[in-house]
Amino acid sequence: MRTRLVWILLFLGPALAALLIFLVIPIFASFVLSVTDFDVYALADWSRARFVGLSNFQELLSDPLFWRSLLNTLYCLIVAMPLTVAISLGVAMLINREKTRFKGLFRVIYFLPFVTNTVAIAVVWSWILNMHYGLLNWFLGLFGISGPNWLGDPTFAMSSIIMLVVWKAIGYNMILFISGLQNIPDFLYEAAELDGASGWQKFVHITIPMLRPTMLFVTTMMLIGYLQLFEEPYMLTDGGPLNSTLSVVLYLYRQGFRFFELGYASALAVALFLIIITITLIRMRLSKQVS
Amino acid sequence: MVTKKSVIRETSVYAVLIFGAVVMVVPFFWMVSTSFKLPREIFVFPPKWIPSEPTLKNYIELFRSLDFARPFINTVVVAGSITVLSVLFSSMAGFAFAKFRFKGRDALFMLVLATIMVPGQMTIIPVFLMLRHLGLINTYAGLIIPAMVSAFNVFFMRQFIITIPDDLLEAAKMDGAREGFLYFKIILPLCRPALSTIAIFTFTGSWNSFLWPLIIAQDERMYTLPVAISVLAGQYGENIAIQMAGSCIVIAPILIFFIFAQRYFIKGIALTGMKF
Repeated sequence: MRTRLVWILLFLGPALAALLIFLVIPIFASFVLSVTDFDVYALADWSRARFVGLSNFQELLSDPLFWRSLLNTLYCLIVAMPLTVAISLGVAMLINREKTRFKGLFRVIYFLPFVTNTVAIAVVWSWILNMHYGLLNWFLGLFGISGPNWLGDPTFAMSSIIMLVVWKAIGYNMILFISGLQNIPDFLYEAAELDGASGWQKFVHITIPMLRPTMLFVTTMMLIGYLQLFEEPYMLTDGGPLNSTLSVVLYLYRQGFRFFELGYASALAVALFLIIITITLIRMRLSKQVS
Repeated sequence: MVTKKSVIRETSVYAVLIFGAVVMVVPFFWMVSTSFKLPREIFVFPPKWIPSEPTLKNYIELFRSLDFARPFINTVVVAGSITVLSVLFSSMAGFAFAKFRFKGRDALFMLVLATIMVPGQMTIIPVFLMLRHLGLINTYAGLIIPAMVSAFNVFFMRQFIITIPDDLLEAAKMDGAREGFLYFKIILPLCRPALSTIAIFTFTGSWNSFLWPLIIAQDERMYTLPVAISVLAGQYGENIAIQMAGSCIVIAPILIFFIFAQRYFIKGIALTGMKF
């Protein structure tokens, strides 16, 4: 029996209307805005915005700050992603070992940073990273290392951002890896032990292949998340010094909401959207080839 | 069998785990400790782990002269409303997608699924323009309405409700029950675990949300906590203790909430990979 239209409208209406108004239409509107010169004058009177074709995109391609922000974001991704995977998988394996005690406690502790507000904890981190009085440089000092000016030196600023990003992401990915590890049947390891496999061989030939679905999910989420890097550089460095930590979304925010170049910022949003889709598709294609 | 080799291995495993755990916890400890310090104990080297004269001065100043109560209340109102509305609308839509019968249902559901992958900043400029046009900048409505439905929550509820046996609903229908009755009397009670999962995640996500409030709440009176702390960090760059006290206020409620509800958080993530 079909459901009556009244009920369909009543139950689906609010959710679908909200998704349509705040998600679907804006996606198309972004594309439309990206081919206009919508700026601070158009903000007062929308009719002032004119169609400019692809000139925003042309400008983007010759904008050194855009390239800078893209390279910075990719750099963060390329460094932070393997680091996050390695650390969170390592921690997950150590916690998941049969012999390890206090599993629950360790899980909760490693998970804490993930539920923490990024903006607020970034304030704490910038104090920890303080060149003269920060905890990190004090700790390095114990080993006779004189720590750098983490946030003020273009060579180290991105490393500081990556530190915070990875610190925050470990717990979430660790949980996913633990549940992936628990799905690997024990008899695989037992059979390998009978054949005299070493710990490393078991890791390479059983754990890694069996974790493939988890790995695909984890890395895809990470790709999408890390490419949208914003809060960490906004709070720690505001993109500086010398734009060494300017990320694409931070640049988008600046263009859109400090200079109100909303047409240009929309072109940036579209470009980022396309980059995210392309990289995600490549990632999925790669994993298909392997399996 | 305890061999020398296994003792060394066990010790190093715990050494690594404990070192990592310390790295995870130290920032929180340092934040709390610094927030109770007097100015003269802050800029010292080597750092002082515990304040010798703990003071509430920083918190008092935060609430008295900086009026941190206002963003606190704003955040509670905004995150609370988003959570209630999101749970309501997504369970309703999830019910419809799982159990209603009509043409085009599955195609419509696929469309909803497709929107999950769209990155947030793709929609932010058009939504900003729309809300500005409607005069909703610097209003609760502007902070709440765009975030009140998440495609992911709809998807999650649908997946949960689809596991509820049809017979249960059919039997009630035979007795003349309508869809509204089914939703309130059968679906909602059976969905309690799923509802609490999305409630927890939605609340935490909206409490921590930053970019959207940063754009919509331009007037001080409408700041949410993350916006307030970002402004505070800019204006009181030198007053570290105040900043740490402010960070505590932003972080502590969710952290306490997490410690009590950690089972739900961890189970929810392991089940769905949900992220906020």
